[in-house]
Amino acid sequence: MGGRGQLAGGLMFLFAAAAAPLLPDWVVSLVTIAFANALVVLGLVVLWRAGLVSFGQALYYCIGAYAVSLTARWTGFTDAFALVLIGGVAAGLMAVLIGFLLARYREIFFAMLSLALSMILYGVLVKSESLGSTDGFSVATPTFLGYAPHRDALGLALYWLTLGVDAIGAVLVGVYFRSVAGALAAPIRDNEIRVEFLGVSVTSIIHIKVVVAGILGGLGGALAALAIGHVDPNMAYWTTSGGFVFVTILAGAGSVAAAFVGSLVFEAVRSFAFDVMPQLWQMTLGSVLLLTILFLPDGLGSLVARLKRRREAKS
Amino acid sequence: MSAILVVRDLEKTFGSLVAARDITISVPAEQTVGVIGANGAGKTTFINMITGHLKPSKGSIWFEDREITGKPSREITRLGISRSFQVAQIFPSLTVFENICMAAAIARRAGGVWGNIASPVHSGAATAEAEATIELFQIGRYRDTAANTLPQGVRKLLDIGMAVVGWPRLLLLDEPTSGISIEEKFDLMNVVMSALKARKITVLFVEHDMEIVARFAERVLAFYDGTIIADGTPTETLDDPRVQELISGVRLKPTAARPGHA
Repeated sequence: MGGRGQLAGGLMFLFAAAAAPLLPDWVVSLVTIAFANALVVLGLVVLWRAGLVSFGQALYYCIGAYAVSLTARWTGFTDAFALVLIGGVAAGLMAVLIGFLLARYREIFFAMLSLALSMILYGVLVKSESLGSTDGFSVATPTFLGYAPHRDALGLALYWLTLGVDAIGAVLVGVYFRSVAGALAAPIRDNEIRVEFLGVSVTSIIHIKVVVAGILGGLGGALAALAIGHVDPNMAYWTTSGGFVFVTILAGAGSVAAAFVGSLVFEAVRSFAFDVMPQLWQMTLGSVLLLTILFLPDGLGSLVARLKRRREAKS
Repeated sequence: MSAILVVRDLEKTFGSLVAARDITISVPAEQTVGVIGANGAGKTTFINMITGHLKPSKGSIWFEDREITGKPSREITRLGISRSFQVAQIFPSLTVFENICMAAAIARRAGGVWGNIASPVHSGAATAEAEATIELFQIGRYRDTAANTLPQGVRKLLDIGMAVVGWPRLLLLDEPTSGISIEEKFDLMNVVMSALKARKITVLFVEHDMEIVARFAERVLAFYDGTIIADGTPTETLDDPRVQELISGVRLKPTAARPGHA
C-alpha cells in the first residue's frame, strides 16, 4: 500500500470514528466485533502471504480474551487500554513458545498442528470448573483511564478503543510488511532455498510471523471479550478458527485494508442472513464465499487493484 | 598478491565413499578460476564445503586469513562468500527488481532477529544497489518483468546478480552456462565476467564447456576422483595428458577471441 492508500485508510478510520454517535447501536456493536476480529484476520494474512494457513488462530484469540477477563476478575483492575495490552502480550508470549515448534512445519502440517494446539486449550478450559467450564464467565465492565461509561456510552467507548487499536495495528503491520522480515513472505513461499542462501534463517522469519499473528490474535480476542462482555471455551474451538480462515479467504491477502473490509463484510452478511433467513444463514455465507472464490480468487481486496488497473488501461 | 582463499588437505567422506580428498589450493584475490571435471569428480562437494553446506571430514578452509572450516553457511555468507546455482534459484512470483532489491536489503540488514524487523526492504541504499546491479548485468529491460516469465539466460543473470548485490569478495558459480544454448553461452559469460571484474570479485566457476573455460579462466583446476589432478593456466591444465584422457577427451587450444564458427 502506497502513501495514498495509507492516507485513504487513515481518512476512513477518522470518518468511522466521527460517524459513530450518529449510528444506531446495533451498527456500532456489529462494527466493533467485526473490527476486533479483523485483527485476528490480519494476523492470518501475515501467515498467508508466506503460504502458511493456521487453523488454530482461535488459540491466541481465546488467550487474549481470557487474559483480559481473568486479570479483571482476579485483580479488580479494569482499565481497558491496559487490559487489551495484557491480552496482546499474553497471546504473544504463547506464540513465542509455540513458534519454536510450529516454525519448523509447512503446509498441512502447519495447519493441523496449530489446530491441535488450539483444541488442547479448548479441552483444558472445558475441564476447568474454576473458570466456568463450558459456560465461561462474564467480563467486568471496563473503565477508560478512570472514566466508567455505561450502556450506550460504553458501546461507543469500546468502538473507539477498537478503532484506535486497529489503526495502530494497521500502521505497524504496514511497516512490518515493508521490512525484510515482513517482505520475506512470497520469497519463502517461492523458494526457501534461495532465502537460506542469501543468509537468512527461514525458521526464524516464520517464527516472527507466528508471533506477529499471535499478538494480533490476542489483541482481537481482548477487544472481543470486552465488547461481548463474556468469554467461554468456544473462543478456542476449531470452528472459531475456521471462521477466521473463512474471512481471510473472503478478504484476500493483498493489503492490510482487505482484512478490515473482509471482516466487516463477513459480519454484515452474517447479521443480515441471520435476520432474513435464520434457518439458512450458513448457506448464505457459504454462497458468498463460493462466489468470491469463483469471481475474485484473490479476495475482496483485489477489487481495488482491479479497478485501478482498469482505470490505468483506460487512460 | 595475498591469498583470499586457502584450502589445506580437505577431505570429505560419506561412509566408505570418498567424495573429496587431499585438496590443497591457494587462490589469490581477484583471480578467475575455472573448475572442470566429470560428473561425480567432486567439484560440487568442494564448493559445498567452502560455502558451509557440507562439513569437511578433514582439513581446513581459510577465507581472508580467517578459518571458516565447518562454520554454518549463513555465517559464511555474511563473511563475504556467495554462490550461484546450476539451476537458477530465484523468486518466481517477484519481478526482477524485487528479487534483487530483496537480496540487497538482506545483505545490508542489521544482525539478529531485530535486524530483520527493523530493516526496510526499499531503503534508499538497497534500492540504489539493486538498480546498479540490474544495470551491471544488463537486464534493465526486464526490470519489472515477473521472474517466472524470464528467458533462461536472464534467469541465470538474475541468479548471479542476487549473489553479487551483497558485494561478496568471493563468488562460487556452479555451472553458470548450464541450460543455455551454445550460441548464447559466450554472450552470457561476457556479461557475467565483466560484471564480476568491475566489482573485483574473486571467482571460482564450475564449467563443462572447455571453450568457455579456456576463454574466461585465468587458472584451471581439474578434478578427478575427488581430488585435483591438474592446476595451472588454462593452457597448462587443458594440455595435461591426464586431463585430456580423463576429462576433456579432446585436445583444445585456448582461444583468445570468440571462435569463428559460433
